[in-house]
Amino acid sequence: MSSITSLTQDSAHADRWRPLRSPQILIGVAVMVFWVAGTLVAPLTLPHDPLTQNINDSLQPPGGDHPWGADKLGRDIFTRVIYGARITLPAGFLAVIASLMVGMSVGALAGYLGGLWDELLMRLTDVVFAFPTIILAMAIAAALGPSVTNAILTIAIVSWPNYARVTRGLVLSLKHNEYVEATRSIGATHGYILLRTILPNALGSLIVLATIDLGNAILVFAGLSFLGLGPAPETPEWGRMVADGLSFSDQWWVSAFPGLAIFTVVMALNFMGDGLRDALDPRSRER
Amino acid sequence: MPLYLYVLRRLIVMIPMLIGITLVSFIIGHAVPADPIAANLSQRAMSDPTVVAAFKAEWGLDQPVPVQYLVYVSNLVQGNLGRSIRSRRPVLDDLKAYLPATFELATTATVIGVAAGLVLGVLSAVFRNSWLDYIARFVSLIGISSPVFWLALIALLVFYVRLRWLPGLGRLDSTIPAPPTVTGLFTVDSLLVGDWRAFSNAFRHLILPSMVLASYSMGLITRITRASMLESLTQDYVRTARSKGLRELVVLRRHALRNALIPVITVIGLSYGNLLSGAVLTETIFAWPGIGRYAFQASSTLDFPAIMGVSILIAFIFIVVNLMVDVLYHIVDPRLRTR
Repeated sequence: MSSITSLTQDSAHADRWRPLRSPQILIGVAVMVFWVAGTLVAPLTLPHDPLTQNINDSLQPPGGDHPWGADKLGRDIFTRVIYGARITLPAGFLAVIASLMVGMSVGALAGYLGGLWDELLMRLTDVVFAFPTIILAMAIAAALGPSVTNAILTIAIVSWPNYARVTRGLVLSLKHNEYVEATRSIGATHGYILLRTILPNALGSLIVLATIDLGNAILVFAGLSFLGLGPAPETPEWGRMVADGLSFSDQWWVSAFPGLAIFTVVMALNFMGDGLRDALDPRSRER
Repeated sequence: MPLYLYVLRRLIVMIPMLIGITLVSFIIGHAVPADPIAANLSQRAMSDPTVVAAFKAEWGLDQPVPVQYLVYVSNLVQGNLGRSIRSRRPVLDDLKAYLPATFELATTATVIGVAAGLVLGVLSAVFRNSWLDYIARFVSLIGISSPVFWLALIALLVFYVRLRWLPGLGRLDSTIPAPPTVTGLFTVDSLLVGDWRAFSNAFRHLILPSMVLASYSMGLITRITRASMLESLTQDYVRTARSKGLRELVVLRRHALRNALIPVITVIGLSYGNLLSGAVLTETIFAWPGIGRYAFQASSTLDFPAIMGVSILIAFIFIVVNLMVDVLYHIVDPRLRTR
């Protein structure tokens, strides 16, 4: 008897996690593992230095000593692309964490307090939402000066409204649940109710949103850096490297490989985000 | 609620939004760079005390901050967005000169993105799990995952440098005179005067940048259309329509697609903002003389008034487009009118 219950439990358990083992999630995870591993082992294993210039190798096509070719200053593109992950991935991650924090706070307060506060905070959200990302980012970068930190800050400033909207919706749907009322009835403070009973239940959906958004943050970061509003020119950053190839149309490898790196990362994150959403939302599972 | 009342209500809601936009741009313009004079005047202009004094008087900088904001808004309402440091012209004149090129590009891209996205999304849902579905999903994945500036470079390399099928940079070949300005859209203006050579040239110049720009919206719309179409295909009204013996095409078009369109329309409005951001990158690469490239040149020379002018204009366009989308929504979904 007990073996039967454990069997059914097992299969129910397996069914719940099956979407997490879908081919698309696996591909996504594999690609991300490759890049994260690359950022960690890069200095140990790569034969070239990302910054060392070697004019003799200037614009060498892929092959031989430079599997992905060399740029105008003779720097190895493969090395630079692997090193690039050390800037772009943490930058995108930090930007998403920061906008999640801001958006979650604004949305949670708006949803929990309601009334005038809700109205005020959400109208502010609408206004920031109306400014297109790159252009507001350009204005802020122009005001603060171009740097990696400012680019991250900029992305956080422009992308929190989405989290605020979603968090507000989640808080509104959760705040009248019985366990929340129960916590309130034993005299818990508003801060405790919000942080301990409501937000933990909203976190799952927010993490899915953040995974999908990480790809976007990386695209915006690379775009800013392509425009020269990110790291300094010699930095091995993907967007920056694509821009290096702008004037060498016959030397396609200069911008093709860094761009491919951005594409694979964003694609992997989209795969993972879709997979996670399917796993958490039973309604979309059968699709 | 009748349509006109709804539109009226939305227009009234727009007012606080517009005030909010001016507030945000005022705060960025006046709080972030500690010195608005340094941010708005060039080095040479700053060394001239009469220019500095005139600038202070124009923007009320010797007044308290709330008054400065009112001065800022009243200048804005009169179309005074300040003077570009780089071009030395009023920002409004610059924007007027560059907007038509962007409008032409963004509109073409929207048409391509919506048409391709709808077709791919519907095919993908109807022939679910067939090779057609896989191709459509792969194409949309490329659309939403590729950096637009990278796609632009690849497109230029393949179709302009290697194959020589399409022209590369700018809106017209340098040998062809621009048509007389009526709308500012070269394709329309050349047709108005019957200049076929200019029309075909302008059209060919439009193809690459608009397709690159459309890639993201196309990917997004394909995904939403597919999901929404799959959902509506399982609904009772579709089964009813089929069991009545309606032809499959009629079932798909009149019953499934019509209901599936509602979320798609919202995405079209939201992706317009993305399109305008993408325009900065696309225009920069294709040397397309629109406001995106203008904003880029402004930001690389720290031309602060020009960037703020573009930001305000684009935020305004975004709000208006989304108002139009909401109205369209109301027309497509009659249920909203009875509420």
